[in-house]
Amino acid sequence: MMSRSPHAPRAKYQFVSALLFLLPGFLLLFVFFLGPLVYSFRISFFDWNFAHPERSVFVGFENYLGQINNPIFHRAVINTAVYTFFTVVAKLVLGFFAAIVLNQKIPARSFFRVAYYLPVITSWVIVSLLFMYMFSGMGGLVNYLLKDVFHLINKNIIWLADPILALVPVILVDIWKGVGWVAVIFLSGLQTISKELLEAAEMDGATPWQRLTRITLPLLRGTTVFLVVVLILGGLNSYVPFQLITHGNPMDKTHSILTLMYRATFSRMDFGNGAAISYLLTLFVFALSVVQLKMLNKPIGE
Amino acid sequence: MRKANHLRNFASILILLVGLGVVAIPIWYMVSTAFKPQTMVFEMPPQLWPNPATINNFIKAVTTDHFLLYFWNSVKVSITATLLTLTVSSMLAFAFARLTFPWKEQLFYVLLLGMMVPPVMLIIPQFIVSQKLGLYNNLTGLILVYATMNISMQTFLLRGVFENVPRELEEAAMIDGASPFVIFVQIILPLSGPGLAVVVINSFLYSWEEFTWANVNIADSANRTLPIGIALFQSEHLTEWGQVFSASLIALVPVIILFLVFQRYFVEGISTTGIKG
Repeated sequence: MMSRSPHAPRAKYQFVSALLFLLPGFLLLFVFFLGPLVYSFRISFFDWNFAHPERSVFVGFENYLGQINNPIFHRAVINTAVYTFFTVVAKLVLGFFAAIVLNQKIPARSFFRVAYYLPVITSWVIVSLLFMYMFSGMGGLVNYLLKDVFHLINKNIIWLADPILALVPVILVDIWKGVGWVAVIFLSGLQTISKELLEAAEMDGATPWQRLTRITLPLLRGTTVFLVVVLILGGLNSYVPFQLITHGNPMDKTHSILTLMYRATFSRMDFGNGAAISYLLTLFVFALSVVQLKMLNKPIGE
Repeated sequence: MRKANHLRNFASILILLVGLGVVAIPIWYMVSTAFKPQTMVFEMPPQLWPNPATINNFIKAVTTDHFLLYFWNSVKVSITATLLTLTVSSMLAFAFARLTFPWKEQLFYVLLLGMMVPPVMLIIPQFIVSQKLGLYNNLTGLILVYATMNISMQTFLLRGVFENVPRELEEAAMIDGASPFVIFVQIILPLSGPGLAVVVINSFLYSWEEFTWANVNIADSANRTLPIGIALFQSEHLTEWGQVFSASLIALVPVIILFLVFQRYFVEGISTTGIKG
Protein backbone atom coordinates (compact mmCIF):
# COMPACT_ATOMS: atom_id res chain seq x y z
CA MET A 1 0.00 0.00 0.00
CA MET A 2 1.95 2.97 -1.26
CA SER A 3 0.17 6.10 -0.14
CA ARG A 4 2.86 8.60 -1.07
CA SER A 5 1.74 11.33 -3.47
CA PRO A 6 2.76 10.50 -7.05
CA HIS A 7 5.64 12.79 -7.78
CA ALA A 8 6.62 12.37 -11.43
CA PRO A 9 10.45 12.46 -11.32
CA ARG A 10 10.53 10.57 -8.05
CA ALA A 11 8.22 7.86 -9.47
CA LYS A 12 10.56 7.33 -12.40
CA TYR A 13 13.54 7.29 -10.09
CA GLN A 14 11.80 4.75 -7.87
CA PHE A 15 11.08 2.59 -10.87
CA VAL A 16 14.76 2.44 -11.80
CA SER A 17 15.85 1.64 -8.26
CA ALA A 18 13.10 -0.96 -7.92
CA LEU A 19 14.45 -2.60 -11.05
CA LEU A 20 17.91 -2.77 -9.53
CA PHE A 21 16.58 -4.20 -6.29
CA LEU A 22 14.49 -6.82 -8.07
CA LEU A 23 16.98 -7.85 -10.71
CA PRO A 24 19.27 -10.28 -8.84
CA GLY A 25 16.41 -12.15 -7.19
CA PHE A 26 14.28 -12.50 -10.27
CA LEU A 27 17.29 -13.47 -12.36
CA LEU A 28 17.89 -16.41 -10.03
CA LEU A 29 14.20 -17.27 -9.91
CA PHE A 30 13.96 -17.14 -13.69
CA VAL A 31 17.00 -19.32 -14.39
CA PHE A 32 16.67 -21.90 -11.61
CA PHE A 33 12.97 -21.89 -10.83
CA LEU A 34 10.54 -20.53 -13.43
CA GLY A 35 12.53 -21.65 -16.45
CA PRO A 36 12.89 -25.18 -15.08
CA LEU A 37 9.20 -25.24 -14.14
CA VAL A 38 8.17 -24.59 -17.73
CA TYR A 39 10.90 -26.70 -19.24
CA SER A 40 9.91 -29.67 -17.12
CA PHE A 41 6.35 -29.36 -18.40
CA ARG A 42 7.65 -29.60 -21.95
CA ILE A 43 9.86 -32.59 -21.18
CA SER A 44 6.89 -34.47 -19.72
CA PHE A 45 5.35 -34.70 -23.22
CA PHE A 46 8.44 -36.18 -24.84
CA ASP A 47 10.33 -39.40 -24.95
CA TRP A 48 13.23 -37.26 -23.87
CA ASN A 49 16.69 -37.90 -25.26
CA PHE A 50 19.06 -36.55 -22.66
CA ALA A 51 22.22 -36.64 -24.79
CA HIS A 52 20.50 -35.18 -27.87
CA PRO A 53 17.43 -33.24 -26.78
CA GLU A 54 16.68 -32.26 -30.39
CA ARG A 55 16.09 -35.93 -31.19
CA SER A 56 13.43 -36.28 -28.49
CA VAL A 57 10.13 -37.63 -29.78
CA PHE A 58 6.83 -35.95 -28.91
CA VAL A 59 4.57 -38.56 -27.33
CA GLY A 60 1.62 -36.49 -26.14
CA PHE A 61 0.17 -37.78 -22.89
CA GLU A 62 1.88 -41.15 -23.15
CA ASN A 63 4.19 -40.54 -20.16
CA TYR A 64 1.23 -39.52 -18.03
CA LEU A 65 -0.97 -42.43 -19.13
CA GLY A 66 1.94 -44.81 -18.68
CA GLN A 67 2.24 -43.75 -15.04
CA ILE A 68 -1.49 -43.75 -14.38
CA ASN A 69 -1.54 -47.39 -15.52
CA ASN A 70 1.67 -48.38 -13.78
CA PRO A 71 1.23 -50.59 -10.67
CA ILE A 72 4.54 -49.35 -9.22
CA PHE A 73 3.24 -45.79 -9.47
CA HIS A 74 -0.03 -46.82 -7.81
CA ARG A 75 1.94 -48.36 -4.99
CA ALA A 76 4.02 -45.20 -4.60
CA VAL A 77 0.85 -43.09 -4.44
CA ILE A 78 -0.63 -45.37 -1.79
CA ASN A 79 2.60 -45.34 0.22
CA THR A 80 2.78 -41.56 0.05
CA ALA A 81 -0.87 -41.21 1.08
CA VAL A 82 -0.52 -43.62 4.00
CA TYR A 83 2.67 -41.91 5.12
CA THR A 84 1.08 -38.47 4.86
CA PHE A 85 -2.04 -39.53 6.73
CA PHE A 86 -0.29 -41.12 9.69
CA THR A 87 2.45 -38.53 10.05
CA VAL A 88 0.11 -35.54 9.80
CA VAL A 89 -2.43 -36.90 12.29
CA ALA A 90 0.21 -38.02 14.78
CA LYS A 91 2.20 -34.79 14.58
CA LEU A 92 -0.91 -32.63 15.00
CA VAL A 93 -2.21 -34.54 18.00
CA LEU A 94 1.13 -35.00 19.78
CA GLY A 95 2.33 -31.50 18.91
CA PHE A 96 -0.88 -29.97 20.20
CA PHE A 97 -0.70 -31.73 23.54
CA ALA A 98 2.99 -30.96 23.90
CA ALA A 99 2.17 -27.30 23.28
CA ILE A 100 -0.68 -27.30 25.84
CA VAL A 101 1.59 -28.80 28.46
CA LEU A 102 4.52 -26.52 27.59
CA ASN A 103 2.25 -23.48 27.79
CA GLN A 104 1.74 -23.99 31.53
CA LYS A 105 3.86 -22.50 34.26
CA ILE A 106 6.07 -25.44 35.09
CA PRO A 107 9.69 -25.73 36.16
CA ALA A 108 12.40 -26.18 33.49
CA ARG A 109 9.97 -25.18 30.75
CA SER A 110 12.61 -23.70 28.47
CA PHE A 111 14.80 -26.77 28.91
CA PHE A 112 11.99 -28.99 27.65
CA ARG A 113 11.35 -26.64 24.78
CA VAL A 114 14.97 -26.81 23.63
CA ALA A 115 15.12 -30.58 24.11
CA TYR A 116 11.96 -31.16 22.09
CA TYR A 117 13.39 -29.06 19.33
CA LEU A 118 16.62 -31.05 18.93
CA PRO A 119 15.20 -33.61 16.46
CA VAL A 120 13.89 -30.77 14.32
CA ILE A 121 17.33 -29.30 13.72
CA THR A 122 19.03 -32.66 13.17
CA SER A 123 19.36 -33.24 9.45
CA TRP A 124 17.12 -35.65 7.54
CA VAL A 125 20.06 -37.72 6.38
CA ILE A 126 21.24 -38.33 9.94
CA VAL A 127 17.86 -39.12 11.49
CA SER A 128 16.96 -41.40 8.58
CA LEU A 129 20.16 -43.41 9.03
CA LEU A 130 19.58 -43.47 12.79
CA PHE A 131 16.12 -44.99 12.42
CA MET A 132 17.41 -47.43 9.83
CA TYR A 133 19.95 -48.61 12.41
CA MET A 134 17.38 -48.80 15.21
CA PHE A 135 15.11 -50.89 12.99
CA SER A 136 17.82 -53.17 11.66
CA GLY A 137 16.66 -56.75 11.38
CA MET A 138 19.45 -58.66 13.09
CA GLY A 139 19.78 -56.79 16.36
CA GLY A 140 18.37 -53.32 16.26
CA LEU A 141 17.22 -51.47 19.33
CA VAL A 142 13.56 -51.76 18.35
CA ASN A 143 13.66 -55.53 17.97
CA TYR A 144 15.49 -55.77 21.27
CA LEU A 145 12.85 -53.69 23.04
CA LEU A 146 9.94 -55.58 21.49
CA LYS A 147 11.42 -59.04 21.99
CA ASP A 148 13.55 -59.01 25.12
CA VAL A 149 12.13 -56.14 27.15
CA PHE A 150 8.40 -56.15 26.43
CA HIS A 151 8.09 -59.73 25.10
CA LEU A 152 5.67 -58.63 22.40
CA ILE A 153 7.31 -60.70 19.66
CA ASN A 154 9.24 -63.96 19.86
CA LYS A 155 11.66 -63.52 16.99
CA ASN A 156 13.36 -60.55 15.39
CA ILE A 157 11.35 -58.76 12.72
CA ILE A 158 13.21 -58.05 9.49
CA TRP A 159 11.50 -54.67 9.09
CA LEU A 160 13.08 -53.58 5.84
CA ALA A 161 12.42 -56.86 4.01
CA ASP A 162 8.66 -56.47 4.25
CA PRO A 163 6.95 -53.97 1.92
CA ILE A 164 4.49 -52.86 4.61
CA LEU A 165 6.62 -53.06 7.76
CA ALA A 166 9.37 -51.13 5.97
CA LEU A 167 7.11 -48.08 6.10
CA VAL A 168 7.06 -48.17 9.91
CA PRO A 169 10.52 -46.64 10.46
CA VAL A 170 9.88 -44.13 7.66
CA ILE A 171 6.67 -42.95 9.31
CA LEU A 172 8.07 -42.97 12.83
CA VAL A 173 11.16 -40.98 11.92
CA ASP A 174 9.00 -38.26 10.41
CA ILE A 175 6.79 -38.09 13.49
CA TRP A 176 9.79 -38.11 15.82
CA LYS A 177 11.50 -35.34 13.89
CA GLY A 178 8.39 -33.24 13.29
CA VAL A 179 6.48 -33.07 16.58
CA GLY A 180 8.75 -30.39 18.06
CA TRP A 181 8.13 -28.04 15.16
CA VAL A 182 4.37 -28.52 15.32
CA ALA A 183 4.47 -27.92 19.07
CA VAL A 184 6.34 -24.64 18.65
CA ILE A 185 3.84 -23.37 16.08
CA PHE A 186 0.91 -24.33 18.31
CA LEU A 187 2.69 -22.73 21.24
CA SER A 188 2.99 -19.40 19.45
CA GLY A 189 -0.71 -19.70 18.59
CA LEU A 190 -1.60 -20.47 22.20
CA GLN A 191 0.28 -17.43 23.42
CA THR A 192 -2.02 -15.16 21.44
CA ILE A 193 -5.05 -16.41 23.39
CA SER A 194 -5.76 -14.09 26.28
CA LYS A 195 -5.39 -15.52 29.76
CA GLU A 196 -8.32 -13.36 30.95
CA LEU A 197 -10.69 -15.14 28.60
CA LEU A 198 -9.73 -18.56 29.94
CA GLU A 199 -9.83 -17.35 33.53
CA ALA A 200 -13.26 -15.80 33.05
CA ALA A 201 -14.51 -19.10 31.67
CA GLU A 202 -13.03 -20.90 34.63
CA MET A 203 -14.82 -18.48 37.00
CA ASP A 204 -18.08 -19.23 35.24
CA GLY A 205 -17.54 -22.89 35.98
CA ALA A 206 -16.30 -24.18 32.62
CA THR A 207 -14.46 -27.50 32.94
CA PRO A 208 -10.95 -27.81 31.47
CA TRP A 209 -12.43 -29.91 28.66
CA GLN A 210 -15.01 -27.22 27.87
CA ARG A 211 -12.33 -24.53 27.90
CA LEU A 212 -10.28 -26.63 25.49
CA THR A 213 -13.06 -27.40 23.02
CA ARG A 214 -15.05 -24.15 23.27
CA ILE A 215 -12.27 -21.58 23.53
CA THR A 216 -8.77 -22.86 22.77
CA LEU A 217 -9.50 -25.05 19.76
CA PRO A 218 -11.77 -22.57 17.92
CA LEU A 219 -9.25 -19.77 18.47
CA LEU A 220 -6.46 -21.96 17.10
CA ARG A 221 -8.34 -22.67 13.91
CA GLY A 222 -6.08 -20.48 11.78
CA THR A 223 -2.93 -22.07 13.18
CA THR A 224 -4.36 -25.54 12.70
CA VAL A 225 -5.38 -24.96 9.11
CA PHE A 226 -1.94 -23.56 8.39
CA LEU A 227 -0.28 -26.61 9.97
CA VAL A 228 -2.50 -29.03 8.10
CA VAL A 229 -1.59 -27.36 4.80
CA VAL A 230 2.14 -27.33 5.45
CA LEU A 231 2.27 -30.84 6.90
CA ILE A 232 0.29 -32.38 4.05
CA LEU A 233 2.49 -30.68 1.47
CA GLY A 234 5.58 -31.88 3.33
CA GLY A 235 4.22 -35.43 3.51
CA LEU A 236 3.40 -35.60 -0.19
CA ASN A 237 6.87 -34.33 -1.04
CA SER A 238 8.70 -36.75 1.19
CA TYR A 239 11.91 -37.97 -0.33
CA VAL A 240 14.97 -38.40 1.90
CA PRO A 241 13.63 -40.89 4.50
CA PHE A 242 12.20 -43.16 1.79
CA GLN A 243 15.34 -42.89 -0.29
CA LEU A 244 17.71 -43.67 2.56
CA ILE A 245 15.70 -46.14 4.63
CA THR A 246 13.89 -48.31 2.07
CA HIS A 247 15.47 -47.38 -1.31
CA GLY A 248 12.11 -48.52 -2.71
CA ASN A 249 12.96 -52.11 -1.69
CA PRO A 250 11.70 -54.80 -1.70
CA MET A 251 10.69 -54.95 -5.38
CA ASP A 252 9.87 -51.26 -5.82
CA LYS A 253 7.00 -51.60 -3.37
CA THR A 254 8.10 -48.93 -0.90
CA HIS A 255 8.67 -45.89 -3.10
CA SER A 256 7.28 -42.49 -2.34
CA ILE A 257 6.13 -40.56 -5.41
CA LEU A 258 9.36 -38.61 -5.47
CA THR A 259 11.76 -41.51 -4.98
CA LEU A 260 9.98 -43.16 -7.91
CA MET A 261 10.41 -39.96 -9.90
CA TYR A 262 14.07 -39.93 -9.02
CA ARG A 263 14.53 -43.55 -10.02
CA ALA A 264 12.73 -43.10 -13.36
CA THR A 265 14.87 -40.08 -14.10
CA PHE A 266 18.35 -40.85 -12.94
CA SER A 267 18.58 -44.64 -12.80
CA ARG A 268 16.84 -45.15 -16.12
CA MET A 269 17.60 -41.76 -17.68
CA ASP A 270 13.94 -41.59 -18.63
CA PHE A 271 13.48 -37.85 -18.15
CA GLY A 272 10.05 -37.74 -19.82
CA ASN A 273 8.54 -40.20 -17.38
CA GLY A 274 10.22 -38.57 -14.40
CA ALA A 275 8.87 -35.16 -15.40
CA ALA A 276 5.40 -36.63 -15.87
CA ILE A 277 5.48 -38.08 -12.36
CA SER A 278 6.54 -34.77 -10.86
CA TYR A 279 3.81 -32.93 -12.75
CA LEU A 280 1.18 -35.42 -11.62
CA LEU A 281 2.27 -34.72 -8.06
CA THR A 282 2.33 -30.97 -8.62
CA LEU A 283 -1.14 -31.04 -10.15
CA PHE A 284 -2.43 -32.83 -7.10
CA VAL A 285 -0.58 -30.52 -4.71
CA PHE A 286 -1.92 -27.51 -6.56
CA ALA A 287 -5.51 -28.75 -6.43
CA LEU A 288 -5.08 -29.40 -2.75
CA SER A 289 -3.62 -25.93 -2.15
CA VAL A 290 -6.60 -24.30 -3.85
CA VAL A 291 -9.03 -26.20 -1.63
CA GLN A 292 -6.97 -25.36 1.44
CA LEU A 293 -6.64 -21.69 0.51
CA LYS A 294 -10.43 -21.56 0.30
CA MET A 295 -10.58 -23.01 3.81
CA LEU A 296 -8.04 -20.47 5.02
CA ASN A 297 -10.03 -17.59 3.60
CA LYS A 298 -13.09 -18.50 5.64
CA PRO A 299 -13.51 -16.12 8.55
CA ILE A 300 -11.56 -17.31 11.56
CA GLY A 301 -13.07 -17.58 15.02
CA GLU A 302 -16.80 -17.63 15.61
CA MET B 1 -7.65 -25.52 44.50
CA ARG B 2 -3.94 -25.32 45.22
CA LYS B 3 -3.77 -29.07 45.61
CA ALA B 4 -5.39 -29.56 42.20
CA ASN B 5 -2.80 -27.23 40.70
CA HIS B 6 0.02 -29.22 42.22
CA LEU B 7 -1.46 -32.39 40.84
CA ARG B 8 -1.78 -30.90 37.39
CA ASN B 9 1.78 -29.63 37.52
CA PHE B 10 2.97 -33.06 38.50
CA ALA B 11 1.04 -34.71 35.66
CA SER B 12 2.39 -32.16 33.18
CA ILE B 13 5.96 -32.79 34.18
CA LEU B 14 5.39 -36.52 34.00
CA ILE B 15 4.06 -36.18 30.44
CA LEU B 16 6.97 -33.96 29.49
CA LEU B 17 9.44 -36.46 30.91
CA VAL B 18 7.92 -39.31 28.90
CA GLY B 19 8.17 -37.12 25.81
CA LEU B 20 11.75 -36.29 26.70
CA GLY B 21 12.51 -40.00 26.88
CA VAL B 22 11.09 -40.59 23.43
CA VAL B 23 13.17 -37.71 22.06
CA ALA B 24 16.31 -38.66 23.95
CA ILE B 25 16.52 -42.42 23.41
CA PRO B 26 17.34 -42.32 19.67
CA ILE B 27 19.75 -39.42 20.22
CA TRP B 28 21.48 -41.19 23.06
CA TYR B 29 21.61 -44.39 21.03
CA MET B 30 23.38 -42.47 18.28
CA VAL B 31 25.85 -40.83 20.65
CA SER B 32 26.70 -44.04 22.50
CA THR B 33 27.09 -45.99 19.24
CA ALA B 34 29.56 -43.40 18.03
CA PHE B 35 31.80 -44.36 20.96
CA LYS B 36 31.46 -48.14 20.53
CA PRO B 37 34.01 -50.40 18.91
CA GLN B 38 32.63 -52.29 15.89
CA THR B 39 32.18 -55.52 17.89
CA MET B 40 29.62 -53.84 20.13
CA VAL B 41 27.50 -52.22 17.44
CA PHE B 42 24.94 -55.02 17.30
CA GLU B 43 25.43 -56.28 20.83
CA MET B 44 22.23 -56.91 22.79
CA PRO B 45 21.31 -55.65 25.27
CA PRO B 46 22.86 -52.43 23.98
CA GLN B 47 25.29 -50.80 26.39
CA LEU B 48 23.98 -47.40 27.31
CA TRP B 49 27.39 -46.28 28.46
CA PRO B 50 29.84 -48.12 26.21
CA ASN B 51 32.60 -49.84 28.10
CA PRO B 52 35.27 -49.81 26.79
CA ALA B 53 34.45 -46.54 25.05
CA THR B 54 36.61 -45.57 22.10
CA ILE B 55 37.18 -42.46 20.04
CA ASN B 56 38.57 -44.53 17.18
CA ASN B 57 35.39 -44.01 15.19
CA PHE B 58 35.90 -40.27 15.25
CA ILE B 59 39.54 -40.61 14.25
CA LYS B 60 38.67 -42.99 11.42
CA ALA B 61 35.73 -40.88 10.27
CA VAL B 62 37.90 -37.80 10.08
CA THR B 63 40.85 -39.46 8.38
CA THR B 64 39.09 -41.60 5.77
CA ASP B 65 37.00 -40.80 2.73
CA HIS B 66 37.91 -37.11 2.50
CA PHE B 67 35.62 -36.33 5.42
CA LEU B 68 37.39 -33.07 6.19
CA LEU B 69 37.11 -32.07 2.57
CA TYR B 70 33.34 -32.73 2.64
CA PHE B 71 33.09 -30.71 5.82
CA TRP B 72 35.00 -27.84 4.23
CA ASN B 73 32.82 -28.02 1.09
CA SER B 74 29.72 -27.86 3.25
CA VAL B 75 31.10 -24.86 5.11
CA LYS B 76 31.87 -23.03 1.88
CA VAL B 77 28.53 -23.85 0.28
CA SER B 78 26.43 -23.04 3.33
CA ILE B 79 28.12 -19.74 4.13
CA THR B 80 28.09 -18.50 0.53
CA ALA B 81 24.51 -19.63 -0.08
CA THR B 82 23.44 -17.96 3.16
CA LEU B 83 25.10 -14.65 2.27
CA LEU B 84 23.62 -14.77 -1.22
CA THR B 85 20.15 -15.56 0.10
CA LEU B 86 20.42 -12.80 2.68
CA THR B 87 21.51 -10.19 0.11
CA VAL B 88 19.05 -11.11 -2.61
CA SER B 89 16.05 -11.68 -0.34
CA SER B 90 16.51 -8.47 1.61
CA MET B 91 16.78 -6.49 -1.65
CA LEU B 92 13.60 -8.08 -2.96
CA ALA B 93 11.84 -7.59 0.34
CA PHE B 94 12.83 -3.92 0.41
CA ALA B 95 11.41 -3.39 -3.06
CA PHE B 96 8.15 -5.09 -2.14
CA ALA B 97 7.86 -3.34 1.20
CA ARG B 98 8.87 0.19 0.23
CA LEU B 99 9.09 0.93 -3.49
CA THR B 100 6.45 1.53 -6.14
CA PHE B 101 6.73 -0.22 -9.47
CA PRO B 102 4.46 -1.69 -12.15
CA TRP B 103 3.15 -5.27 -11.79
CA LYS B 104 4.12 -5.27 -8.15
CA GLU B 105 1.31 -7.55 -7.13
CA GLN B 106 1.81 -9.97 -10.04
CA LEU B 107 5.53 -10.22 -9.36
CA PHE B 108 4.79 -10.96 -5.74
CA TYR B 109 2.54 -13.84 -6.77
CA VAL B 110 5.35 -15.21 -8.93
CA LEU B 111 7.54 -15.08 -5.87
CA LEU B 112 4.93 -16.86 -3.77
CA LEU B 113 4.76 -19.63 -6.37
CA GLY B 114 8.24 -20.55 -5.19
CA MET B 115 6.79 -21.55 -1.83
CA MET B 116 4.24 -23.88 -3.37
CA VAL B 117 6.21 -25.91 -5.87
CA PRO B 118 7.96 -28.92 -4.35
CA PRO B 119 11.72 -28.47 -4.80
CA VAL B 120 12.30 -32.07 -5.84
CA MET B 121 10.05 -31.72 -8.88
CA LEU B 122 12.44 -29.13 -10.30
CA ILE B 123 15.42 -31.44 -10.05
CA ILE B 124 15.27 -32.71 -13.64
CA PRO B 125 15.23 -29.33 -15.42
CA GLN B 126 17.62 -27.85 -12.86
CA PHE B 127 20.00 -30.66 -13.73
CA ILE B 128 19.71 -29.76 -17.41
CA VAL B 129 20.19 -26.04 -16.73
CA SER B 130 23.17 -26.83 -14.54
CA GLN B 131 24.79 -28.83 -17.34
CA LYS B 132 24.12 -26.07 -19.88
CA LEU B 133 25.63 -23.36 -17.69
CA GLY B 134 28.68 -25.38 -16.71
CA LEU B 135 27.52 -25.64 -13.10
CA TYR B 136 27.33 -29.42 -13.09
CA ASN B 137 29.68 -31.05 -10.62
CA ASN B 138 30.73 -27.85 -8.92
CA LEU B 139 29.83 -26.10 -5.72
CA THR B 140 28.61 -22.93 -7.46
CA GLY B 141 25.77 -25.04 -8.88
CA LEU B 142 24.76 -25.94 -5.33
CA ILE B 143 25.05 -22.38 -4.04
CA LEU B 144 22.90 -20.82 -6.77
CA VAL B 145 20.15 -23.42 -6.49
CA TYR B 146 20.07 -23.31 -2.68
CA ALA B 147 19.75 -19.52 -2.75
CA THR B 148 16.96 -19.76 -5.34
CA MET B 149 15.01 -22.34 -3.37
CA ASN B 150 15.24 -20.15 -0.27
CA ILE B 151 14.47 -16.77 -1.83
CA SER B 152 10.66 -16.98 -1.82
CA MET B 153 10.16 -17.88 1.80
CA GLN B 154 12.87 -15.58 3.14
CA THR B 155 11.71 -12.60 1.06
CA PHE B 156 8.20 -13.15 2.31
CA LEU B 157 9.46 -13.19 5.87
CA LEU B 158 11.67 -10.11 5.47
CA ARG B 159 8.97 -8.10 3.76
CA GLY B 160 6.93 -8.46 6.94
CA VAL B 161 9.92 -7.41 9.03
CA PHE B 162 10.73 -4.34 6.89
CA GLU B 163 7.13 -3.20 6.88
CA ASN B 164 7.33 -2.92 10.65
CA VAL B 165 10.19 -0.43 10.51
CA PRO B 166 8.62 2.99 11.22
CA ARG B 167 8.45 5.15 8.10
CA GLU B 168 9.18 8.44 9.84
CA LEU B 169 12.91 7.74 9.85
CA GLU B 170 13.04 7.29 6.10
CA GLU B 171 10.88 10.28 5.41
CA ALA B 172 13.34 12.49 7.19
CA ALA B 173 16.19 10.93 5.23
CA MET B 174 14.29 11.32 1.96
CA ILE B 175 13.77 15.02 2.53
CA ASP B 176 17.53 15.20 2.88
CA GLY B 177 17.71 13.58 -0.55
CA ALA B 178 18.77 10.07 0.44
CA SER B 179 18.44 7.44 -2.30
CA PRO B 180 16.52 4.18 -1.77
CA PHE B 181 19.86 2.42 -1.61
CA VAL B 182 21.03 4.61 1.26
CA ILE B 183 17.71 4.12 3.08
CA PHE B 184 17.99 0.37 2.59
CA VAL B 185 21.55 0.09 3.86
CA GLN B 186 21.55 2.76 6.56
CA ILE B 187 18.04 2.62 7.97
CA ILE B 188 16.14 -0.55 7.12
CA LEU B 189 18.89 -3.15 7.49
CA PRO B 190 20.31 -1.93 10.83
CA LEU B 191 16.80 -1.92 12.33
CA SER B 192 15.99 -5.45 11.20
CA GLY B 193 18.63 -7.45 13.05
CA PRO B 194 16.43 -10.23 14.44
CA GLY B 195 14.66 -10.73 11.10
CA LEU B 196 17.98 -11.00 9.30
CA ALA B 197 19.19 -13.48 11.93
CA VAL B 198 16.19 -15.67 11.20
CA VAL B 199 17.03 -15.63 7.49
CA VAL B 200 20.63 -16.58 8.27
CA ILE B 201 19.48 -19.50 10.40
CA ASN B 202 16.93 -20.76 7.87
CA SER B 203 19.22 -20.62 4.89
CA PHE B 204 22.24 -21.99 6.69
CA LEU B 205 20.33 -25.00 7.99
CA TYR B 206 18.79 -25.65 4.58
CA SER B 207 22.15 -25.57 2.82
CA TRP B 208 23.93 -27.53 5.52
CA GLU B 209 21.59 -30.49 5.36
CA GLU B 210 20.43 -30.45 1.72
CA PHE B 211 20.79 -33.89 0.20
CA THR B 212 18.72 -34.32 -2.95
CA TRP B 213 20.14 -31.65 -5.21
CA ALA B 214 23.71 -32.22 -4.03
CA ASN B 215 23.28 -35.90 -4.82
CA VAL B 216 22.24 -35.07 -8.39
CA ASN B 217 24.59 -32.21 -9.18
CA ILE B 218 27.84 -33.54 -7.73
CA ALA B 219 29.71 -36.37 -9.43
CA ASP B 220 33.30 -36.18 -8.16
CA SER B 221 34.10 -37.14 -4.62
CA ALA B 222 36.22 -33.99 -4.31
CA ASN B 223 33.07 -31.83 -4.53
CA ARG B 224 30.80 -33.74 -2.18
CA THR B 225 29.11 -32.06 0.75
CA LEU B 226 28.62 -33.66 4.17
CA PRO B 227 25.11 -35.12 3.77
CA ILE B 228 26.22 -36.91 0.61
CA GLY B 229 29.44 -38.04 2.23
CA ILE B 230 27.64 -39.51 5.23
CA ALA B 231 24.90 -41.24 3.23
CA LEU B 232 27.46 -42.66 0.83
CA PHE B 233 29.71 -43.85 3.60
CA GLN B 234 26.79 -45.71 5.14
CA SER B 235 25.86 -47.41 1.88
CA GLU B 236 29.47 -48.48 1.29
CA HIS B 237 30.13 -49.69 4.84
CA LEU B 238 26.73 -51.11 5.72
CA THR B 239 27.38 -52.11 9.30
CA GLU B 240 29.96 -49.61 10.49
CA TRP B 241 27.43 -47.58 12.40
CA GLY B 242 29.98 -46.30 14.90
CA GLN B 243 31.77 -44.42 12.16
CA VAL B 244 28.52 -43.29 10.52
CA PHE B 245 27.33 -41.72 13.74
CA SER B 246 30.63 -40.21 14.77
CA ALA B 247 30.67 -38.48 11.37
CA SER B 248 27.04 -37.45 11.93
CA LEU B 249 27.84 -35.98 15.32
CA ILE B 250 30.69 -33.94 13.88
CA ALA B 251 28.32 -32.72 11.18
CA LEU B 252 25.87 -31.68 13.89
CA VAL B 253 28.35 -29.50 15.76
CA PRO B 254 27.88 -26.32 13.69
CA VAL B 255 24.10 -26.76 13.84
CA ILE B 256 24.09 -27.16 17.61
CA ILE B 257 26.33 -24.11 18.03
CA LEU B 258 24.06 -22.06 15.77
CA PHE B 259 21.05 -23.33 17.69
CA LEU B 260 22.44 -22.45 21.10
CA VAL B 261 23.67 -19.02 20.02
CA PHE B 262 20.49 -18.05 18.19
CA GLN B 263 18.01 -20.05 20.27
CA ARG B 264 15.71 -17.09 20.78
CA TYR B 265 15.56 -16.32 17.06
CA PHE B 266 15.01 -19.98 16.22
CA VAL B 267 11.65 -20.01 17.87
CA GLU B 268 10.90 -16.51 16.65
CA GLY B 269 11.78 -17.51 13.10
CA ILE B 270 9.47 -20.43 13.27
CA SER B 271 6.61 -18.44 14.60
CA THR B 272 7.04 -15.63 12.08
CA THR B 273 7.35 -17.96 9.10
CA GLY B 274 4.78 -20.15 10.76
CA ILE B 275 1.95 -17.79 11.34
CA LYS B 276 2.39 -15.76 8.20
CA GLY B 277 3.54 -18.47 5.77
